[in-house]
Amino acid sequence: MITVGSALPEKIIYLDRAMLKAYADASGDQNPIHQNEEFALSVGLPNVIAHGMLTMALVGKYVTDWSGGAASVKEFGARFIKPVIVPAGEKVDLTINGTVVEVNGDEIKLDLVATSAGVKVLGMAKAVVIKR
Amino acid sequence: MLAPDSVGRTFAGADSISITQSEIDAFAAVIGETDTAIAPPTFTIRISLDQFQNILTKPEIGLDWSRLVHGDQKFEIFSAVKAGDSLSCSATIESYRMAAGNEIVSVRSDLHRGAELVISSWSTLVVRA
Repeated sequence: MITVGSALPEKIIYLDRAMLKAYADASGDQNPIHQNEEFALSVGLPNVIAHGMLTMALVGKYVTDWSGGAASVKEFGARFIKPVIVPAGEKVDLTINGTVVEVNGDEIKLDLVATSAGVKVLGMAKAVVIKR
Repeated sequence: MLAPDSVGRTFAGADSISITQSEIDAFAAVIGETDTAIAPPTFTIRISLDQFQNILTKPEIGLDWSRLVHGDQKFEIFSAVKAGDSLSCSATIESYRMAAGNEIVSVRSDLHRGAELVISSWSTLVVRA
């Protein structure tokens, strides 16, 4: 029984530079701030950062694993409030949690929380799904 | 600076973007998705951002893509995207403002399969001062 307040299981995904390269190729977003440390530092970033849309895609996978596949997603949105910082040779966590905040017939609204190294990276992250 | 008269206008983008299975497979592989019968929910960002770049950087519109960061993103999905789809894209500049020297542009992408609206998405793009 899915009720308001139900929590989805926490999931931790590890990101590294190889994943950023793979996402750059798959998405077409080859902005060097996601691959080139020297460039990232030159524009005032602390290090190479993950694409906000990679973070969102991984949270999307978290949602669809719970809701029953990509066809179940009706709405999905997020604000990119802090970068996921990915130093060379390291794996950094993306820790995802979700809570059911509304149930309207077969539509379920989820609030999603994503953190990396303890810092909240997405704001206002929400999805509306029809669970299958 | 974005041309002020472009705000509120809708611009036609590519009219037949073919979706291939290999593109969906590559995107799905990054996030660990093995069911590739339909595209992951955020897959069409690869179309929308590319179209925004093409349209918004035209000289008569004038956005500086090199200093762009992505502020937020929202999708409304009416129909799943799958391999073999041919989609048309339009972009609507919904709002524009300056804040602390940054340009903040809200732009909507509408993807159609024939007459059917498949996905609308909203992006806030920030050109850093």
